[in-house]
Amino acid sequence: MALGDRVVGKDFEIVDHTADVGIMAYGETIALAFANAARALFSLIVELDSVSEVLYRDIEVTAPDEESLLVEWLNELIYRFDTEHIIFKRFEVTLDKRRLKARSYGEKIDSSRHQLKTGVKAATYYMLRIEQDNGCRVRVIFDI
Amino acid sequence: MAALWKGIISKIDDYRWEIPEDYKPGMRVPGLIYASEAMLKHIWREQVFEQVANVAFLPGIVGHSLAMPDIHWGYGFPIGGVAATRVRNGVVSPGGVGFDINCGVRLLRTNLTEEEVRPRIKQLIGKLFVNIPSGLGYEGKIRLNEKELDEVLIRGSQWAVEKGYGSAEDIIVTEGFGCIEGANPDKVSSKAKRRGIPQLGTLGSGNHFLEIEVVSEIYDHEAAAAMGISGVGQVLVLIHTGSRGFGHEVCSDYVRLMGEAVKRYGINLPDRQLACAPVNSPEGQDYLQAMACAANYAWANRQCITHWTRECFAEVLGKSQWEMGLEQVYDVCHNIAKIEEHTANGRKQTLCVHRKGATRAFPSGHSDVPDIYRNIGQPVLIPGDMGRGSYIAVGTERAMEETFGSTCHGAGRMQSRGAARRGLDGNRIVRELMSQGITVRAGNVASLAEEASPAYKDVNEVVDITDKAGICRKVAKATPIGVIKG
Repeated sequence: MALGDRVVGKDFEIVDHTADVGIMAYGETIALAFANAARALFSLIVELDSVSEVLYRDIEVTAPDEESLLVEWLNELIYRFDTEHIIFKRFEVTLDKRRLKARSYGEKIDSSRHQLKTGVKAATYYMLRIEQDNGCRVRVIFDI
Repeated sequence: MAALWKGIISKIDDYRWEIPEDYKPGMRVPGLIYASEAMLKHIWREQVFEQVANVAFLPGIVGHSLAMPDIHWGYGFPIGGVAATRVRNGVVSPGGVGFDINCGVRLLRTNLTEEEVRPRIKQLIGKLFVNIPSGLGYEGKIRLNEKELDEVLIRGSQWAVEKGYGSAEDIIVTEGFGCIEGANPDKVSSKAKRRGIPQLGTLGSGNHFLEIEVVSEIYDHEAAAAMGISGVGQVLVLIHTGSRGFGHEVCSDYVRLMGEAVKRYGINLPDRQLACAPVNSPEGQDYLQAMACAANYAWANRQCITHWTRECFAEVLGKSQWEMGLEQVYDVCHNIAKIEEHTANGRKQTLCVHRKGATRAFPSGHSDVPDIYRNIGQPVLIPGDMGRGSYIAVGTERAMEETFGSTCHGAGRMQSRGAARRGLDGNRIVRELMSQGITVRAGNVASLAEEASPAYKDVNEVVDITDKAGICRKVAKATPIGVIKG
């Protein structure tokens, strides 16, 4: 099953799944698609418009293949959210083979300003897909 | 994303449906789904049957790849799935347990009646909401160092009781006495520990809750009496939570690790989320030791929350815990892999029973059922959605024969969270529940819509199927009068 064409003008979309929730993210390059997948993840957790860029973290992840790299990247962000209570909203991602480096911008949770939505437990490998032809499209199902 | 499933299933009886072993090459056993015809029509639209068939690929699986009637579309395993694999030459799959390791349910009883509690319900729910940390991004009140965390991971409920959270009596009526032996904190990553330290004693978010309920029906008076449930109108408390970020990290770590193991052991799987390793391999043993840590963490978590629940009741109602008879009925886990003895293919075998959204349901007489329940069978706790109530049941001999002593774990989702949100708004749900006499406090009102009744199957139907199929027996039903959610 192909993921189809990118919806014009959209960086990512949320897709329904009965128990959990999926995202589709798009980019000219795989690095941009991975950055948009991260944005999609945080859009599930919080209303992103309410979040400012006041700090950043440099994050590095390695994995044996691209699919694992995507899952590892998203799970690292969930870990940062859970332990440092940081909501990220913008990502400068570079990919070198199986190594991802990202400067990730956001701020600490402030429940008086941020409208929190859903907790995300983890990114899964179920129906995971990365398609690279004429840009990049990725699909991830989260356990929430 | 849902697509109509195109396979064939055969009807065994009104509540049993089989996916034949030859549905696709690679299946080692057939699939068996417990459902009514009406329910099947709904799940047909999802990829649930495909997931049941995929689980049948696991090396060493015996009997059937099973699905309880609350089954719904998961990732890897379906939710409501049960798979037993041989310890001798089968595999263990972290995805077959899930991210929320030992997510489970604990039931407390009181000798209070609805008339006594209703006038104070707002105050009580308010107190519980303040004293039991819940919701996204909130930390607990317990301050642990790494050494203390290791103690929690090794000893589970026992650790909590020794620290003054609850009593030794609670442990007696907890599945496996609130501890899986062999837990080894060295097999847990430092990331999991970092997530675990601040989160002990928190309810979490999503579908986790604490509910004050009132007994509305009793079906089996003898079994109910053994559980201290004496009549309609009696107040109960139901707690649903698990191992929090600690368990999620353990699962993520081992799904990654097992992804490598699958290649090393030459295991052929249709879905990466089913990643597994032989039970007796270093990877399999490491996972089971780490999983035991997460299971024990979850039991300690529910034990701490039990203690605060008692404190809140005592403070609001002005009576001691003993005066109120605020005692534990039972505690079950519904996301777990357990090493158990079962008779399969006509002989006794040691199996690794994966229950992913399924509850253990051992029959009367089984040595793992606490003495006080030995004559009635193990209590099974089945929460429904916020509006429709919950069930208390007991395990049966038939469950032992057919489902490795397992039954359903809840109502089961029917609507995606997105669809539920689109159809309803949180504030309206609070008002509707209020008009039904249910007081709700939620950290995140908007997400309440995701957990509203229309998002779930009808728990009455689900439990009826398990009862009629004989894989557990209904004892009592309770409906909520107050709920706290993250």
